[in-house]
Amino acid sequence: MSTEGLSHHISSRYNADLERLRSSVLEMGGLVERQLTQAIGGITEPDARVMVRVAQEELRVNQLERSIDEDCSRILATRGPTASDLRLIITILKTITDLERIGDEGEKVAGIAARLATRERPHNRYRELRNLGELVTGMVHDTLDAFARYDTRLALEVLRRDRTVDEEYEAIHRQNITFMMEDPRSIRRALDVMWVVRSMERIGDHAKNICEYLIYLVLGKDVRHTKIEEIERELLAPRG
Amino acid sequence: MEQLVRNKMPESEPRGFAPATDIDTGVIPMRASGRGVMQVAVDETRRNAALMAPIKARAESLDFYYGQLKALKNINMEIREKQVTALIGPSGCGKTTFLRCFNRMHDLTPGTRYEGRIMLLPEDINLVARNIDPIEVRMRIGMVFQKPNPFPKSIFENVAYGLRIRGVRSQIRIQEEVEKALRGAALWDEVKDRLSSSALSLSGGQQQRLCIARALATSPEMLLFDEPTSALDPIATARIEELIASLREQVTVLIVTHNMQQAARVSDYTAFMYLGDLIEFDETTRIFTNPGQKATEDYITGRYG
Repeated sequence: MSTEGLSHHISSRYNADLERLRSSVLEMGGLVERQLTQAIGGITEPDARVMVRVAQEELRVNQLERSIDEDCSRILATRGPTASDLRLIITILKTITDLERIGDEGEKVAGIAARLATRERPHNRYRELRNLGELVTGMVHDTLDAFARYDTRLALEVLRRDRTVDEEYEAIHRQNITFMMEDPRSIRRALDVMWVVRSMERIGDHAKNICEYLIYLVLGKDVRHTKIEEIERELLAPRG
Repeated sequence: MEQLVRNKMPESEPRGFAPATDIDTGVIPMRASGRGVMQVAVDETRRNAALMAPIKARAESLDFYYGQLKALKNINMEIREKQVTALIGPSGCGKTTFLRCFNRMHDLTPGTRYEGRIMLLPEDINLVARNIDPIEVRMRIGMVFQKPNPFPKSIFENVAYGLRIRGVRSQIRIQEEVEKALRGAALWDEVKDRLSSSALSLSGGQQQRLCIARALATSPEMLLFDEPTSALDPIATARIEELIASLREQVTVLIVTHNMQQAARVSDYTAFMYLGDLIEFDETTRIFTNPGQKATEDYITGRYG
């Protein structure tokens, strides 16, 4: 199945509807990705305006979520989509929920970044946060890329990265416990850092969800709650 | 929303791309779905029953000709007992021709010819063999047409007709059977007080259910439906669909429909035909969520191939 499959319906309005729906999802994804980049940038390079900008984009993201939802219900009601069209609608309905939540987490990160900016910064300028932030932003970016091109191999690659995110999360967690034990005055800051890390870990999970939906869309295989090794086997096996 | 469950079906076939036909038997193999990591199932119990159901009829290398025109090309397909099997495909694909083979409706058209076989199980009778009496076939395999076609007689007589032809003499027995058939066709409550009125006084939907009752009266093993709701409004259509769903308690149903959503709603198995070929045959859920052939996908999603 390829993205070209969207067209070629006998009804040209149906083609246009599906095409518009898909580009709206990509637009929403683009906004969320930008929110995320800004929020994470705010941690390492303090900028008081970050929060405002992220919140503004949040409005547009919410708007898009509602209009995509509405378009999907309309298509379900009027077209009775089947097979790959049906899978596309289901995938989009689920994807936008995860995208919207990624946006929410980004907003949280931006809020905490604004707070951290008012406090003394550690020597490494939160390098570990930036690393994890870049990792999950990259996941979101590649997820959208995979979605745009129906690229299941890229989706699989994003799924693999989720493990690294979990490891990083654990490492930062341990590090901050050490900080807190050594110097109780760092507890405030350490807790904020933990919130940020928690949000990033959630963002990674949402990106992973979207990649799983995408595999369902393209191959018709439900790979949720499945070990990555098993998914790899499934993807490499011929369609059956 | 469909429930997601891990597939528990015993699975012995090897994983991999199913070939178009099995070379040894020429039968299109059923892709027992659920070889994937997980399996989408609407109703696991119903589905298991469908997969376990014995074969009621089997088309074997069936060809059919209208004069020189080959309308069916090497059809190999199994119809499962007490399940609903839908035939879909664009106009001229041969689905109605195939349906009509089952009760020898082509016999009256000059220049037609069957090759291959349609075996009716468990007796293993070849329905299209010359030495098999078409009248006998039609007693066992009833048919309901696109337009309701009741006889210009009373409601009662329409249903009693087949029984009388069969030589049933007992009035009591006929009355019992007529009531049973009308109940089976979900029409009894609407007509019980006016059984002697003309069948033509009924509404289109009621007439169609009367035709189903007429077909049921002779206790057939199989019922053929040729677009049974295309002349009916949505409410009458819904009634007929309900009825078809309940009929699978008693008979094997084969239905031709142009309404894809109808095929998706009422059937357990779906066959997609195109230009006289059987392109794909699988569980209905599979056909409508993730078909194996591109031609099927293009047709059911409304694309030109």
